[in-house]
Amino acid sequence: MTKLMPVLSAHWDEKDSFTMAGYKRHGGYDAAAKALKMEPDAVIQLVKDSGLRGRGGAGFPTGMKWGFIPQGDNKDHYLVVNADESEPGTCKDMPLLLANPHVLLEGMIIASYAIRAKYAFVYVRGEVTHVVRRVQQAIEDAYKAGYLGKNIFGSGVDLELVMHVGAGAYICGEETALLDSLEGFRGQPRLRPPFPAIAGLYARPTVVNNVESIASVPSIIANGAEWFSSMGTEKSKGMTLYSLSGHVQNPGQFEAPLGITLREILELAGGIRPGHQLKFWTPGGSSTPIFTADHLDTPLDYEGVAAAGSMLGTKALQIFDETTCVVRAVLRWSEFYEHESCGKCTPCREGTYWLVQIIQDLENGKGTEADLEKLLDLCDNIMGRSFCALGDGATSPITSSIKYFRDEYIAHVTNQGCPFDPHASTLFAGTKVGA
Amino acid sequence: MSAEVVDMITVVIDGFEITVPKGTLVIRAAEKLGIQIPRFCDHPLLEPVGACRQCLVDIEINGRAFPKPQASCTIPVETGMIVKTQLTSAVAKKAQEGVMELLLMNHPLDCPVCDKGGECPLQNQAMSTGRSESRFTGVKRTFEKPIHISTQVLLDRERCVLCARCTRFSDQIAGDPFITLNERGALQQVGIYENQPFESYFSGNTVQICPVGALTGASYRFRARPFDLVSTPSACEHCASGCSLRTDVRRGKTLRRLAGDDAEVNEEWNCDKGRWAFVYTNAHDRLTEPMIRDASGELRPASWPEALAVAAAGLAGKTAAVLTGGRVSVEDAYGYSKFARVSLNTNDIDFRSRISSVEEDEFLATKTLTLKTSYRDIDRADSVLLVAFEPEEESPIVFLRINKQVHKRSLKVTAIASKLSIGNEKLKSNFICVAPGLEAQAVANQELTAKSVILVGERASESVGLLSAVVALAEKTGAKIAWIPRRSGERGAIAAGAIGQLLPGGRLVSDAAARVDVAAVWGVATLPTALGRNAKEIISSVNEGKIGALVVGGIDPLDSEDHQATLAALKKAFVVSLEIRPSAVTQLADVVLPVAVVSEKSGSFLNWEGRARAFDAAVADSLQRSDLRILSMISDQMKKPINLSTVKAAAKEFATLASWDGASSTFTSCAPIAQKKLSAHEALLTSWRRLLDEGTLQQGEENLAGTARKSVVVISPKRASAIGVVDGDKVRVSNEHGAIVLPVLVEMIHDDAVWLPRNSRGSHLLATFGVASGAVVTVVKD
Repeated sequence: MTKLMPVLSAHWDEKDSFTMAGYKRHGGYDAAAKALKMEPDAVIQLVKDSGLRGRGGAGFPTGMKWGFIPQGDNKDHYLVVNADESEPGTCKDMPLLLANPHVLLEGMIIASYAIRAKYAFVYVRGEVTHVVRRVQQAIEDAYKAGYLGKNIFGSGVDLELVMHVGAGAYICGEETALLDSLEGFRGQPRLRPPFPAIAGLYARPTVVNNVESIASVPSIIANGAEWFSSMGTEKSKGMTLYSLSGHVQNPGQFEAPLGITLREILELAGGIRPGHQLKFWTPGGSSTPIFTADHLDTPLDYEGVAAAGSMLGTKALQIFDETTCVVRAVLRWSEFYEHESCGKCTPCREGTYWLVQIIQDLENGKGTEADLEKLLDLCDNIMGRSFCALGDGATSPITSSIKYFRDEYIAHVTNQGCPFDPHASTLFAGTKVGA
Repeated sequence: MSAEVVDMITVVIDGFEITVPKGTLVIRAAEKLGIQIPRFCDHPLLEPVGACRQCLVDIEINGRAFPKPQASCTIPVETGMIVKTQLTSAVAKKAQEGVMELLLMNHPLDCPVCDKGGECPLQNQAMSTGRSESRFTGVKRTFEKPIHISTQVLLDRERCVLCARCTRFSDQIAGDPFITLNERGALQQVGIYENQPFESYFSGNTVQICPVGALTGASYRFRARPFDLVSTPSACEHCASGCSLRTDVRRGKTLRRLAGDDAEVNEEWNCDKGRWAFVYTNAHDRLTEPMIRDASGELRPASWPEALAVAAAGLAGKTAAVLTGGRVSVEDAYGYSKFARVSLNTNDIDFRSRISSVEEDEFLATKTLTLKTSYRDIDRADSVLLVAFEPEEESPIVFLRINKQVHKRSLKVTAIASKLSIGNEKLKSNFICVAPGLEAQAVANQELTAKSVILVGERASESVGLLSAVVALAEKTGAKIAWIPRRSGERGAIAAGAIGQLLPGGRLVSDAAARVDVAAVWGVATLPTALGRNAKEIISSVNEGKIGALVVGGIDPLDSEDHQATLAALKKAFVVSLEIRPSAVTQLADVVLPVAVVSEKSGSFLNWEGRARAFDAAVADSLQRSDLRILSMISDQMKKPINLSTVKAAAKEFATLASWDGASSTFTSCAPIAQKKLSAHEALLTSWRRLLDEGTLQQGEENLAGTARKSVVVISPKRASAIGVVDGDKVRVSNEHGAIVLPVLVEMIHDDAVWLPRNSRGSHLLATFGVASGAVVTVVKD
């Protein structure tokens, strides 16, 4: 059985894990010092060789992304780290930054050096004040230590690192909307091409990476590409953070090699809450089509999940047991997408507005069977028609839930209301209410 | 024009091959095949945005199909591309129908009362691409309606499809990013900044390009249905930019004007003045019948025969002169020109009712008609030099054209002026700050190339030696000159010979061969030989008793440098006035003859390029007659006929005289004058007319006037601290004739200068000071 493989989370249980001292105690910033002695192209090659793929959801090879930055173009290059983690269910970057912000900074130093960027930015979502404070402190400490600023590590290389706190918009996790937001505009996705690697932040070549991707880099530099690629599966290398939430005994972050199965993770987490069974779950957050108990042994790597009809996404495993009404869960997600649709394109803006109204009717027993077909047709008119992936994501829970639980939708129609007791699905369902 | 090599690419759309230049968007290539892909956000003059998703098509390139339909407005053609539109792809068809259904879902059923109903792209495309019945049974999004985003533009937010055409236009074309999309999701809406209304000179274009009825013009809202309007292609009478227009008339009344399409000139845009300042044509005080001054000195209505007889009798036997004003059509100017020579036997004719100079006389007579500079030259220029010219205020389409190149390729713009204007800030101009009157030296120091363009405005006549310096600079560097007057009729008036030294077609009055040539066409024995006086000389000659009669077109005495002298001359002479509404001239005229406005007659203007801008009568069956027709009738009465009873006849005859390869004269330059000495509270006046001001043709359009820039006195920070004022304090500017008190604005202006708007609310410089630039005034805290 696959074991946990804590690398990023190895020292989260130490009280001072977030401090410079805590980080240095385990060899922190040694990898950066090592990388700065290498040729930048060699750093890129090493990351390519490691097989590291983007941990933000799309799984694009990180080294390849770095390689896209045109070199010798006499332009400023920028590294932007996407810490705008806001996908429902996803909770890995925030705990990582809370427990160990320095590993991100070290990764950013290495990545900036590799792509020849003198400026790097962390875009953190605005709501997480506690994370913002720790990252800010870590940046200050790194400056004091000479790891940031002029002539870092005495190498002659300069790097300015700026944290930007977003205003709390899901769309700003989309990399081009993030860049717009970072430039001071309202966050809305940009037309591509040009891609950020050619014209990103301030129209300069820019790499946008997820927190976890960049945080994985120091360990690759320290331990080598082979060490990293020895973990995981054929095309999905290395370890990664799975965030487990919902109706499980011990929710939290589980760092394991890619390809672990939900069955294995559930065992590590003590299983579903007592007396209940798994009903459905998301493999990668609410934007990825849901799975059921039939998918317990699906390898949770990019290929395995895709082959089963969903996406690995951000590896956000939200677990729902049999007390949960799938229509109700989907309604909540749909309301989220309606709220977060940026409004730029018609299908997403208008579509999410309509979707919510139909699902509300269904959940409240005012729907008809024909509404199901309308819902599916509407999803078909949104999926692949919208400007960015937000619209696509909004349809995933709907289409997948109808695929697996059509009967439950129908039951709402025939029952003229939700057949579930919402209280039963709450975590306090078993406890008595008393004064 | 150098032949630019363009790569051509062949693609297949719905089974048809089409070859188009590289970079062409798929939606545009399809148009060439006559395949109309529905769209909202797409606009050929705006950068693609891909927001509405209405134009989705299926695309494959070299056998590799895109996994999902693509927005054809954002994707340029590529070799090996095969496109399937709604006509051949079921996926594209369903995608388009799906988007249309979503667009209509929240759209209100305002069509029966909406201005756009009947000419609405959403309505039309809902018919072609939509479902006959909506499947949406939920609750529609609603907003308070309408909201004013300026005094002239209204927004109905729930009608908006959020295509961002208006915001992109304002940002990319006008350079006025005063409107933007706010909020998120279904609440997204067009909005203005807090307490900062949408005050752009070009805001009307957003109403025109709005593909739904979300943006409407306050003046036109609820006034007409498009299918009740009769539309006539026309030309704008307001400035020398030469916009093509469409005039929409219902039952003899102009209700709306839209920018016409002319890729060479105004592309698809116009300014708000051209769009909305037409209320004067329907003014209640329009003159409709002739009037004559009776024995008691009162004006009284008269019949046409009587009035013409009195006019002819009054002009006969007197030394007469003609002042046409700068707003005449080419044909009318030609009529005045011929009338002066044939009927009045004089060359004393001038179209200028503004500040002019002998140096300008010289420039107009020798240079203007040889200038061939065009909008295309701005497109291709390596740099543009602005001299005594504020394009945004004085020729707004020239501004848009320069701004387009600034936006597209960072065209270098240099402005020589005393004050940095808003327009020049937007053009990111290299601002060369000079004291009023010292522009010539700065011009001489410019380094230009043969690809540069010098745009010189009519205000160059206000600075001695400036036109000479411009001519010298062009000769030295090979740069092209364009002379851009403010009024629409000036270039045409020069061509038609409505100026003392020139006969039609640039023939010199002083050239005997030219006179013979013109006399032959006109069928007269001889033409007067004495060089004509300019407007200023005509006025003083009247006051000196050397001229006894004046034929006056549309002039305002307050536009002249010495309006007291002008009023005195009008009082003294026998005046025949051709006018549209009562004016200061009416009060002093002996015969008043009502004439047609531009929308009531046909004709043409020559814009600053010298390009003919023809217009047809938009109001059919108007009883008003053109200046030309009336002049012809007077000349008949005088038995010295000009034989030009129709615009067609005038145009035809003018065409035979339009060009001349005989003698021309050379420009004699003028030396600049030395700097004036100023004492502590003295400053040199500098000014220009703002686009929206108190011009007579803008009267009556309150919504338009509401977006005019506020009247201020502009002084430099140094002067401000010297007299102890900050922004908003009242400042008094005065000379021996009068004083103006306005709030002060401390800005980038020469320390020796003070700027005021020339003819705006509370700031009428010529009327108050008798001067508008270069003169010494006193500036103190009020």
